[in-house]
Amino acid sequence: MKHRALSIYAFAYLAFLYVPVLVLPVFSFNNSEFIAFPLSGFTTRWYAGLADDSAMLHALANSLKVATVTALLSTMLGLSAAKAVTHNRLKGAGAALGFISLPLFIPDIVLGISLLLLLGATGLPLSLAAVVLGHLLVCVPFALTVLIARFEGFDRNLEEASTDLGENGWMTFWRVTFPLMLPGIVASLLLTFITSFDEFLIAYFLSGTEATLPIYIWGQLRFPERLPMVLALGALILTASVGLVILAEYLRNLGAKKPMVGA
Amino acid sequence: MSFLTLSQVGKSFGGPPVVDQVSLEVPRGEFFSLLGPSGCGKTTLLRMIAGFETPDSGTIAIDGEVMNRVPPHLRPTNMVFQSYAIFPHLNVFDNIAYGLRKLKLPKDSLRARIDSMLATVRLEGLGQRAADQLSGGQRQRVALARALVREPKILLLDEPLGALDKRLREAMQIELRALQRKVGITFVLVTHDQEEALSLSDRVGVMEGGKILQIAAPRELYERPACRAVADFIGEINFFHATLREIGGESFTVNAGVLGILQLPVANLAPGIEPGDHILLAIRPEHVVFAREGLAGEIAAATFLGERSHFHVRISGRNEPVAVSSAAPPSGTVHLQFPPEHMVGLPIDT
Repeated sequence: MKHRALSIYAFAYLAFLYVPVLVLPVFSFNNSEFIAFPLSGFTTRWYAGLADDSAMLHALANSLKVATVTALLSTMLGLSAAKAVTHNRLKGAGAALGFISLPLFIPDIVLGISLLLLLGATGLPLSLAAVVLGHLLVCVPFALTVLIARFEGFDRNLEEASTDLGENGWMTFWRVTFPLMLPGIVASLLLTFITSFDEFLIAYFLSGTEATLPIYIWGQLRFPERLPMVLALGALILTASVGLVILAEYLRNLGAKKPMVGA
Repeated sequence: MSFLTLSQVGKSFGGPPVVDQVSLEVPRGEFFSLLGPSGCGKTTLLRMIAGFETPDSGTIAIDGEVMNRVPPHLRPTNMVFQSYAIFPHLNVFDNIAYGLRKLKLPKDSLRARIDSMLATVRLEGLGQRAADQLSGGQRQRVALARALVREPKILLLDEPLGALDKRLREAMQIELRALQRKVGITFVLVTHDQEEALSLSDRVGVMEGGKILQIAAPRELYERPACRAVADFIGEINFFHATLREIGGESFTVNAGVLGILQLPVANLAPGIEPGDHILLAIRPEHVVFAREGLAGEIAAATFLGERSHFHVRISGRNEPVAVSSAAPPSGTVHLQFPPEHMVGLPIDT
């Protein structure tokens, strides 16, 4: 009996998690401007309408730019920090790690407001570049977590062996460290990309006149007749995000199976 | 002419010295071992020769060139790591070819060179094997091949046999010795296994507490240890307290308590001891002889070891039993004799 109750609980929980999300694609194919049951027929016109919406496409391009730059920068920074923390006997490494991770525990709205104030005080303009800086704060900790986990199984002797065999630090990085870290690097890129792409609050405060996709969607919600199109967009983003996460996990597991130590 | 020269090399990691004023000379082509318990500084010393650690003081020279400021990737040394550090993302061939990139060899001569190296370490035909499909012994050979293919002036080996099981280790000892003779490269090996050091090396340096206690050929190290720590560390040995009475031209006289007054060859006395000093007399278990007469004792314990047996013999006037190794098992009350030519006089401290 107890086992049965737990099964019911598990199903209920999963339903609670995913039914609201599934409403999105369902209504995105519904042939009506009103989001209400019963459904009134199948259509793809909301999706077709998206392609013609130049403001939306502009916002999408902005989001892709911000997310790509953020993913690359935060993974590079994360890689350097992760290597320093795991491979060198650094004083204060623990404290540094704590401070890098701290933004994860600060509410995004607080981060957004403080960054806005900082930009105002320094006279720097609100821009996509400012959004990237804000996103780095939340993305570097993610990158760091993924990469440190990967570095911890890494035999330090491998890099020494490379040096011993005549390669300097730079070539050692490219011939040994990078290939062995690649699954972690890809996972970090995907994770930080999605985090930046989905982020709303910080972007809302810092983007100025250049809307990113979440900000554009937020703006559209004021017009009820645009709602089905937003749902269609949401469904597409959802599909892409899930696809990327599955890919990231797959790559991470692929890497985890390969032994990392030389012994 | 010394090939590898360390003079007054010191290193500490912020605490007491890990390597303390070590001086050392290794001639070209020698198989030299650094032997000592873990934490004695032997690995740090090896890593300084490789360039992974920088000495705080002193100089390290290879073939006449001072190496202190030369980074590891420019040194004429190669190392076999304790963990072997085989690159897991490369196969055997690419692991061995790793250090040859800068030579820019044409493909076929690179292949020829690696194939001949594979043959030298008896890994013929395994070039395409993935790194994670190698046994412990094969990994060790790949590590050796990867280092030797660069034709280093000195090959450094950090406990290279430590990760292998006993039988494989013994087989690899013989191979390693043969390999060193064949390639003629100077080997410097670090180990805590005295048997390994004695069986492989031309000369052994015994280390403790960051200092080298004695450098000698294995037989001399075994038969004429320079101090108690060396005698203790290498094999089993019996110590007797004694007082040095006088030193003559060919022999010295000691009052050795239960053993009585003894005359020993002067070559068996460690330097720096003067008449009147308290000393230790040391004798190996296999040099103590069961005889019809001599010091009477009783067998407290006997261990059968095949060809020989090992005995603990209690004698009056001494708390510790005397260790005796003998082929002939005695019975009843035994009498022990201590041939003076096999007894060594050592200073009492250290």
